Amino acid sequence: MSKQIRDYLNSYTDVAPLAFYRIAFGAMMFFSVIRFAAHGWIDKFYIQPIFHFSYYGFSWVKPLGFYTYLLFIICGISAICVAIGYKYRLAIILFFLSFTYIELMDKTYYLNHYYFISMVSFVMIFLPANTICSVDAKQKNVLFRNTVPRYTIDILKVLLAIVYIYAGLFKLNTDWLLHAMPLKIWLPSKAGLPIIGALLGKIWVAYAFSWFGAIYDLGIVFFLLYKRTRLFGFLIVVVFHVLTRILFPIGIFPFVMIISSLIFFSPSFHRNVLQKIMVFFGSKTLSDQSLNSEHVAILNETTKPLAKYTPVVLGVFITIQLLLPFRYLCYPNELFWTEEGYRFSWRVMLMEKAGYAEFTVNDIETGQFKMVDNSEFLTRFQEKQMAFQPDFILQYAHFLHDYYQKKGMIDPEVKVDCHVALNGRLSQQYIDPNINLAKQYESFKPKTWILPFNHTIEGF
Amino acid sequence: MKNTLYLIGIVLICFSCSSDNGSDTNISNYDKQAMLINWADNLIIPAFTDYQTKTEDLETKSSAFVNTPNTATLGELRTSWKMAYVTFQNIGIFDIGKATDLHLIETANTYPTTTASIDANIASGDYNLSAQTQFASQGFPALDYLLYGIGETDQEILAFYTTDTNADNYKQYITDLTAKLKSIAVSILADWNNGYRTTYINNSNAVTGSLNQTANNFVEDFEKVIRAPKVGIPAGKFSNGALFPEKVEAYYNNTIGKSLLIESIDASLAFFEGKTYGTNITGPSLKAYLNAVDAQASGLPLSTIITDQYDAILITCNLLSNSLSDQVTADNSKMLTTYDALQQNVVYLKVDMISALGLTIDYVDGDGD
Repeated sequence: MSKQIRDYLNSYTDVAPLAFYRIAFGAMMFFSVIRFAAHGWIDKFYIQPIFHFSYYGFSWVKPLGFYTYLLFIICGISAICVAIGYKYRLAIILFFLSFTYIELMDKTYYLNHYYFISMVSFVMIFLPANTICSVDAKQKNVLFRNTVPRYTIDILKVLLAIVYIYAGLFKLNTDWLLHAMPLKIWLPSKAGLPIIGALLGKIWVAYAFSWFGAIYDLGIVFFLLYKRTRLFGFLIVVVFHVLTRILFPIGIFPFVMIISSLIFFSPSFHRNVLQKIMVFFGSKTLSDQSLNSEHVAILNETTKPLAKYTPVVLGVFITIQLLLPFRYLCYPNELFWTEEGYRFSWRVMLMEKAGYAEFTVNDIETGQFKMVDNSEFLTRFQEKQMAFQPDFILQYAHFLHDYYQKKGMIDPEVKVDCHVALNGRLSQQYIDPNINLAKQYESFKPKTWILPFNHTIEGF
Repeated sequence: MKNTLYLIGIVLICFSCSSDNGSDTNISNYDKQAMLINWADNLIIPAFTDYQTKTEDLETKSSAFVNTPNTATLGELRTSWKMAYVTFQNIGIFDIGKATDLHLIETANTYPTTTASIDANIASGDYNLSAQTQFASQGFPALDYLLYGIGETDQEILAFYTTDTNADNYKQYITDLTAKLKSIAVSILADWNNGYRTTYINNSNAVTGSLNQTANNFVEDFEKVIRAPKVGIPAGKFSNGALFPEKVEAYYNNTIGKSLLIESIDASLAFFEGKTYGTNITGPSLKAYLNAVDAQASGLPLSTIITDQYDAILITCNLLSNSLSDQVTADNSKMLTTYDALQQNVVYLKVDMISALGLTIDYVDGDGD
């Protein structure tokens, strides 16, 4: 290990930003679980549907019927425990596991920001985020420490930087920049909004939003990194995310990003905020033992360092994060069309894609035939997602094969007549209509039964 | 600050590059409420008004027939039935509000009708037409059977209403069916005229609002009310090629199937173009909305692609025999040609149009990203 890296890993900084992040993250996650439940989505998304689309390799992760509620309760309680720093390590592990389990139950509801939350909570398992302003510290379950290794805070900045910069990088394609797609479709539908509504119908606004979005994603981290531009950067963060909140149904994501970007602020800022939080809750823990932050920075850490494997785990983790979004390069066809390597790569709001899929089930041996009514098995939301994503189509085809086999067919062929439109292009046939999908199997290999895309999209 | 200026510079350059390449600098401030008002005042309410008139006439002719069953009254009742059935093709799209509550579509036009159940109802004289299990033993298809299908000749048919031991029950059944068609028509129109119009034109919710619902119904009508039962099922598309000529609409009458099909497609096209009921006057519509957002595909306006497809469908329909069941039996390939043309338009409407207008069908009010 080179000296520079060793020196870096041994340098320490004020824990305040980490403690603040822990509290804010836990609180936001708690409210997001409450919000999810209040919308009735637990029942609607996980209990009512009779079929669920699982991730490749995770078909064993299924909703648990009525116990699904218990899962959400665990998730909510562990989020609170994270916020207050009570049995922090256990709480964040439980949160990571329950939250990730929930997300894995059905990929219909996949969202990049849920993935982000899973990733952040995984990283937080390894971070000493409970050494101040926590029940653990107060109960002396953990050593009260004002300083932590620098990398434990920097890693959160790196995670955020990956999200933004990759999101920006992947906007650098011809659809987004030269055709203002899909914003050209989405924005006019919001023309009814007060004040800004009148502007949203204009073509130049779609272009402006596209370009500004790309530049924002690519550059915002650098604005946040430097003290001189930080406040301005944060202002842009707020404006940007509030705007996306108004324009699109993206739930809590804007708030998560706004709050997360505070991690770039100085320790003294976080000290002040923590002070106020502690006073608000009537505790004097922080003020009793707080140190002047400049003083803290030059302190030599005397307490026990983190486990040796921590930097290694986090290093490997970040490497995977950096590489995973580029796995699409291993596939020969247009990424937007086949979606091979599309998820888990911070490609955000890049496609207006819609499809229509009509399945036939034909059993040669018994002569039985069925034209499938998708609403018999899928919710509207599931059907909508299924109709333009090949892995959904394949999984559903296998479900249909098995279902009709149980109903007395011997070995039915499942074929689909599927048409998909992408970013304002005329729809075209999507899946080879002559392929028996029941005999095709999910793998990481390119799916040969997806028909070629008759257009080119240049760029990342 | 230098960075900021640089940024602003880039943004300005982008604007100037991109905004001069088209004449349409306004995508749209399309007035959606004007479209809803056009639909309500010029399409929906006039169509239901006409339908109410036709079902009232049907009831009148039915009671004339029941009072004096003879060839003349039977002929008049049949004519009235045809007129009402044709008009009915114009309201299938508007399955919203009271029409949904009262199961307009299912009670008026579930076919093939279950003759066994009709016979049993008449034999016992004891039935509840509101039950879901009775949807297939009432409405136009049941009348089709009772007016054309229960005997070989008109004399045989008339015998059921005159000399048959159960003649009273037969007459009562016809009376009940026509009364129900009329009462549903009256309730729906009354609802539109007494407040529902206001509710309808003001429900601007992006997801559950009138625009989304109506566009959704329009597509669904095309896919599930026109394409599948009128053409697809008889032509064997839903049965791996096994033909079902007896499942066509108006099977017993056996001459108006083609005109019902064409009427329903005309109605669908008229809705797409926002045409005032029974006229060629166009108003705010999905077609105009597509043009307003400048929806293009493969270099053509999407609205043109769709209207061209409607034209292509109508050309294939005109090649069909007046009796669709005969067409299925004699040369099913013509039915399949029509089906393929319809199917292509389902894709254009359900995928391309809905996508271009950002009208996600039954969008779940969840998070998106």
